[in-house]
Amino acid sequence: MSLLEIKNLHVGVKDAKILKGVDLTVNRGEVHAIMGPNGSGKSTLALVLAGRDTYEITEGEILYKGEDLLEVAPEERAREGLFLAFQYPVEIPGVSNVYFLKAALNAIRKHRGQEELDAMDFLTYVREKMALVKMDETLLNRPVNEGFSGGEKKRNEIFHMAVLDPVLAVLDETDSGLDIDALKIVADGVNSLRSEERAFIIITHYQRLLNYIVPDVVHVLLDGKIVRTGGKELALELEEKGYSWLEGEVHEEAVAHA
Amino acid sequence: MPETIAAVSPAGLAPEAEVYTRAFARVAVERTDHEPSRIGTLRKAAIDRFGELGFPNRKLEEWRSTDVRAIATTTFSFEPSAELVSEADCARFRYDNTHELVFVNGAFRSDLSRLQELPDGVIISSLEQGWREHPELIEPHLGRHAKFDNHAFVALNTALHENGVFVFFPRNAVVETPIHILHLGRGGDSPVASFPRNLFVAEENSQGRIIEQFATAGDTDTGGNHFTCPVTEVVLAQNAVVDHYKLQRESTDAFHMATFQIYLGRSSNFSSHSISWGGGLVRNDVNAVLGGEGCEATLNGLYMVGGTQLVDNHMRVDHVAPHCDSHELFKGVLEGHARAVFNGRIFVHKGAQKTDAKQTNRNLLLSPTALVHSNPQLEIFADDVRCTHGSTVGRLDELGIFYLRSRGIGEEAARSLLTYAFCADIVQRIKDKSVRRDLEEFLFRRLPQGDVVRQAV
Ligand SMILES: Nc1ncnc2c1ncn2[C@@H]1O[C@H](COP(=O)(O)OP(=O)(O)O)[C@@H](O)[C@H]1O
Ligand SMILES: [Mg+2]
Repeated sequence: MSLLEIKNLHVGVKDAKILKGVDLTVNRGEVHAIMGPNGSGKSTLALVLAGRDTYEITEGEILYKGEDLLEVAPEERAREGLFLAFQYPVEIPGVSNVYFLKAALNAIRKHRGQEELDAMDFLTYVREKMALVKMDETLLNRPVNEGFSGGEKKRNEIFHMAVLDPVLAVLDETDSGLDIDALKIVADGVNSLRSEERAFIIITHYQRLLNYIVPDVVHVLLDGKIVRTGGKELALELEEKGYSWLEGEVHEEAVAHA
Repeated sequence: MPETIAAVSPAGLAPEAEVYTRAFARVAVERTDHEPSRIGTLRKAAIDRFGELGFPNRKLEEWRSTDVRAIATTTFSFEPSAELVSEADCARFRYDNTHELVFVNGAFRSDLSRLQELPDGVIISSLEQGWREHPELIEPHLGRHAKFDNHAFVALNTALHENGVFVFFPRNAVVETPIHILHLGRGGDSPVASFPRNLFVAEENSQGRIIEQFATAGDTDTGGNHFTCPVTEVVLAQNAVVDHYKLQRESTDAFHMATFQIYLGRSSNFSSHSISWGGGLVRNDVNAVLGGEGCEATLNGLYMVGGTQLVDNHMRVDHVAPHCDSHELFKGVLEGHARAVFNGRIFVHKGAQKTDAKQTNRNLLLSPTALVHSNPQLEIFADDVRCTHGSTVGRLDELGIFYLRSRGIGEEAARSLLTYAFCADIVQRIKDKSVRRDLEEFLFRRLPQGDVVRQAV
């Protein structure tokens, strides 16, 4: 059974159609990259996976571990191992990063039938994960994302991911705006978590991240549809030719169908 | 000082006000043998003024959003039912390591009070005892700051007050142990009205902390109705530092109409945090006069109300002297059909140059039926000042809730967490550990999934 199966997914907001029939299958152990220009619907797909209910699903289905994901509340999805690193992490003034994570981790552990971690064990665990993403300890006690730089926010998402130990992690443009050192840290974080049990969907705009996180499959999302799927070479090809190369194809296809 | 002139209610006293004038004839006279004659005259003037004013109605600007008819039409007893309250009723409100004075329906209960040894010259006593033993210390202040000309409830308190607290910090005294004044009300078949009158005097270069707690004996939710109408005058001389807390946690049936009047002398520093979660109909008038150069007033507050509760914080800060700072931050959380009024007036007098006044009122509505009237007002008659004010009314950030949920936190817990976070900057400003813990515990109890909040903050 595949970990994630998206079939003919149509998503819209009010009258606007954003996703127009997306099919995607992800198995455990795989790393998928989704590339596409701004506005093609990448974040919409990511947010729908995480359970954002401001989007309307007009057609299609999503199966996660064989079950209908769309019926499941966001927190239940998280507890079942789904994680989204937000393109725009949300600032939560007044809630400390580390205490929030402790509550989140314990909610997940409880769901898994594991014992809740006490303050000491949690801290040991968290320190280990911080080392993984080379995160500054001071960010622990600050309110979630508040006053973080762009890079700190992205790294904090990877840190949350490492702590929450997901089964399927979706990273939405976690590389955008990162300098090369920060990019490597993010990539190292992801690579160290790669395993047979886990899968990743890496949404990115640029090919560069994929030099460090080598994907098994690359998809191109254009105007709400996956127009091309291939191996890691596809990313390089895109880098060279740009999306207009495929836009032309979409157009031709549309003409051919007409 | 320019004053707004409140309309006077039509001639002829409303029947509901007459009860109070009759009570005055009976009650006040018995209780005043220990007072100087000025106070007797003042009491008489106050009840006469109340007779003219009557209870405020909503045509008056200052009472536009707060309807006190429920108070006017309730028949109160003026006799404290003190014997109904025991140590067990007090226990859960006590704070360790404080000088604790307990009042029940306005009557001083020395049997329930616990005064520790005091530094030389420091006085903490009932007002009545204060008048007997130190009239010369009270006489210069009592009734000279809180004005009743335009305020029916100050008039009632001035006329009818039976007792209260007198606190005196002599010159250079540092009173390290906080003073805790616990006012317990007790509901019953005939609700009791009480009029505590407090005077806190901090002489030059003295320091101390005063905590006022208003609670209902018995079950806080169903403790019943009582009416508390306190007036507190606070006087800070040069360089005095006073840290004040008020916790309003009375039964949701209770009425509470309080006036808190502060005078700040040169380079003095007064800080107050007013926390309201109890009471059915609550009004706090807080008036600070920044009268001495270089003084600083911090007036912060938090209210969290639901059901049909109404809480009205009416602030007035008078910048009279130059180089003074005032900071006001009031935050409110409203559920159900609750209503909140925030009226914040900053008055910068001519000559109060280099005033720095900041006022903020933020409200969080958790239900579509809750309502806030927030009304900041600046009146500035000096030209070299910095004054800012702002007020917001908002709801929980849905994206924030989604973000928390996407990390595994349940929806209810996520809402509670964000609500707590909204309150947190007030909670964190509370320096007194007991008050702070009390407030935190209240929030953990009150917020759904409070245990998740407890471990997440
Ligand atoms: N909540 C929303 N309301 C209205 N339009 C939206 C919303 N979210 C996304 N869109 C629109 O859908 C399209 C795809 O957006 P998005 O998924 O963010 O693309 P990408 O992440 O690929 O840049 C854009 O045209 C965007 O304006
Ligand atoms: Mg995007």
